[in-house]
Amino acid sequence: MATVDATSTPGAAGATRYAGARVHRVEDARLLTGRGTFVDDVRLPGMLHACFVRSPFARAAIRGVDTSAALAVPGVRHVFTAPDLNPGVHEQWHTSIGPESPETPRPPLAEDEVRFVGDPVALVVAESRYIAEDAAELVDVDYDPLPAVVDYATAEESDVLVHESHGSNVIGELGGLPASALEDTFASAAHVVSETIRQQAYVPVPMEGRGLVVDYSPTTGDLTIYSATQSPHEVRLFCSRLLGIPEHRIRVVMRDTGGGFGQKIMVQRDEMCLMLAAPKVGAPVKWVEDRRENLLAAGKSRHEHAAVKMAFDAEGAIQAAQIDFVSDCGAYPTPWPVNTAAVVGVLFPGPYRVPKASFTSKCIYTNTVGRSAYRGPWQFESLAREVLLDIAARQMGMDPVELRRRNLLTRDELPYTNPNGMPYDAISPRETFEQALEMLDYEAFRAEQAEARRQGRYLGVGVSNYVEPSTPGFGYYATEAATIRIEPSGRVNVYIAGGSTGNSIETTVVQLTADALGVNIEDVNTIQGDTAVTGFGPGAAGSRSGSMTAGAVRDTAAILRERILAIAAHKLEAAPEDLELANSRVSVRGTPSIGLSLGELAHAAYFDPYALPPGVPAGLEASARYTNEARYIWVNATHVCTCEVDVETGRVELLRYIVSEDCGPMINPNVVEGQIAGGAVQGIGGALYEHLAYDEDGNPVTTTFMDYLIPTSTEVPVIEYGHIETPSPGPGGYKGVGEGGAIGAPPAVVNAVADALSPFGVTLTELPLSPDRLVALLDGKR
Amino acid sequence: MPDTPVKLPVKVTVNGQARSATVEPRLTLADLLRDEFHLTGTHLGCEHGVCGACTVLLDGAAVRSCLVFAVQADGAEITTIEGIAKSDGELSPVQEAFRDCHGLQCGFCTPGFVVSVTAFLRANPDPSDQEIREALSGNLCRCTGYQGIFKAVRQAAEAAQRGEV
Repeated sequence: MATVDATSTPGAAGATRYAGARVHRVEDARLLTGRGTFVDDVRLPGMLHACFVRSPFARAAIRGVDTSAALAVPGVRHVFTAPDLNPGVHEQWHTSIGPESPETPRPPLAEDEVRFVGDPVALVVAESRYIAEDAAELVDVDYDPLPAVVDYATAEESDVLVHESHGSNVIGELGGLPASALEDTFASAAHVVSETIRQQAYVPVPMEGRGLVVDYSPTTGDLTIYSATQSPHEVRLFCSRLLGIPEHRIRVVMRDTGGGFGQKIMVQRDEMCLMLAAPKVGAPVKWVEDRRENLLAAGKSRHEHAAVKMAFDAEGAIQAAQIDFVSDCGAYPTPWPVNTAAVVGVLFPGPYRVPKASFTSKCIYTNTVGRSAYRGPWQFESLAREVLLDIAARQMGMDPVELRRRNLLTRDELPYTNPNGMPYDAISPRETFEQALEMLDYEAFRAEQAEARRQGRYLGVGVSNYVEPSTPGFGYYATEAATIRIEPSGRVNVYIAGGSTGNSIETTVVQLTADALGVNIEDVNTIQGDTAVTGFGPGAAGSRSGSMTAGAVRDTAAILRERILAIAAHKLEAAPEDLELANSRVSVRGTPSIGLSLGELAHAAYFDPYALPPGVPAGLEASARYTNEARYIWVNATHVCTCEVDVETGRVELLRYIVSEDCGPMINPNVVEGQIAGGAVQGIGGALYEHLAYDEDGNPVTTTFMDYLIPTSTEVPVIEYGHIETPSPGPGGYKGVGEGGAIGAPPAVVNAVADALSPFGVTLTELPLSPDRLVALLDGKR
Repeated sequence: MPDTPVKLPVKVTVNGQARSATVEPRLTLADLLRDEFHLTGTHLGCEHGVCGACTVLLDGAAVRSCLVFAVQADGAEITTIEGIAKSDGELSPVQEAFRDCHGLQCGFCTPGFVVSVTAFLRANPDPSDQEIREALSGNLCRCTGYQGIFKAVRQAAEAAQRGEV
């Protein structure tokens, strides 16, 4: 049950009594007591356990697979190889991309060739995971190692092809205005700054890996899937097409998912194998990846570089911006990555006044794990732009804050269409910027920095600004459904596709519903994450859940409010417009003692149908599907970071970390701050510590948490929050806030470290800023 | 490997109840709790002793149950996340503080944090901020950036000083 802190005030019907309050989360009671249901907690009678045999080579031909020793292990039921599973594929494409895109060929199990270390070759099914792992070691795969494409920067020229059938290691290219169109501007500019910025591979690393339990009933043909996913409905749609089973015969259930951050949006090859195997196994089968598999095979993110260039006039006003972006997409990117890569180019101008821009984007195959989505999948545009702006400021002898101030868009310039056609509106980049600097006291920090330098200590400050589109309004993502049932007692159940992945969507929906109906929050429960009882929804992606569910709940509640007021008006012999519905009660405006509780009205609606007013249907149940009213909901923020760098050891200590964002009105400030903090710390990890590294032969070298270093409590600063509120054009004025932290943090940290080291003339263009990298750069200057 | 693996008896007390099982020597304590006793609140985030999600109390000490074999726990008293709240469902002060301070999001790492913090505050009810950060550094969280968790420990420490944790 949700509870509210004492600061929330009862309001009028439909007012935001709960939205805006730091409401306790409805998810917490079960999660704090060990009573959540994550996929590995699902136990079905007769359930079997699966383990993959994975390639130890970056690229090799498969000459044969001998499963006899594995099959001889007591307790082993099946060992599947490609000929067993792959012919079962009917169709495989992701709904958000559609069937027409030139997809990467994606065999569920590797057929004649393995294409990265971790590529699934066989699937062992046994009575326990222990036995399955024993048997997996006994599967004898005859590999013939082949030269691999490891370095994406040279892959285009390589004679070796990752996918022979594609004919090239370039997956696809897109571009905007050609660079030649900006030649005159760059030639005549007072200042031109250009660099190549490189970001390493780093990954979402949800604390729970991927996993699913697939339960096929041969007698009914029904399939039930319990899945760690951000989108139960996409799992159902995908599986339906994959197996050729009608969608309504498949049920996907997701109660608790242990984080996703993009990695669990799409069905990947491993999950496809479980779906294909289930009808052959004759019993429920579970696969839950371990951490090594997660770091080996769940996907790679980031890993990209770009040549970037900006032209400025003598006063520092930006004249043009250009980016040529290249992204490593591994062997099996999920989904097709070419459109996302282009967004890096489209958004490169950022929240600045940029008259002209050009871009190219290119996606490359390599023999490494495939690219998958990660929180702010195009965040490289902010990294590249903001790092370049600081380099430009230093070259021009200008304070980086002053350079930004001269170029940031102000509210009176909105709506503003960036040179690549992006129509910014309802944002406040100048306001978040000034608020964050004021929270820091920028001038005081500069004085402190000067004093520290006199003592031989190196402090720095870094700033970054971004603007991002949230709540995508196209195709698959453009709608969200809600069903609200006011039960006969007057208590409320609200059904949303949703599902808890750490985004607090259960709490959000309960808050929104209580407000939209005018009922007490204790009277609202939500049911999510089950395709059998919720309408289609694309799930948690693109910072869409807040705005879209707000629209779905608003539209559905409006139907019921009208009906409730009609019934009450009939019973009270009053006009509906003289009534108000608040606090789970309808009363006569100005005479609160005359009224009816929602329970009394629900009782009448269900059990006294002949006494209802003409034209009002019995019961209090409604469904509606909301279509995104705004094709783009823009959201902006400023990150400011200060640090001290030990120039002997290369250690970076973050001192203060400030985020000022404009996510519109907050539904729950705890949730907003939690999303910002979690994203920012992931970004800090990416800037300083995390690296999904491969050696030159394509062997992954960071497949444990002792090698892949995510931030711990000792590295993380206290995060300070500033809030500017510009309502979006969407429902409630809400905006998306799920991804921004991970976008803003890396450039703020890089700029802070670069500022600290500016006395040494060091230029930072490559992540992560590990101690050894910083010491090597400093040694080159000493 | 032998066709019939050797199995050994294990008797433990889990959350106040006597439990027993006959297990292979290689079975981890985490898998004993999850698979044999169906106490699935103990989560496995890495299975190599770094993330701390599987932390339980073994004779009062916080241990990573993925690094302890079930047979090593024979005779021990174990408290899992299911044994932290009162039997009537009332949250412990540590759990209450996590809820008050938004110290959890997806909740997967949370049982390990709650158990670790409970042991920490029993041993050190009046910690400094630095001691809290160091005590938390053996548990990984990917959702919260540790902000709410840090606040929760501060809040729970007040209860610890009253001997309530």
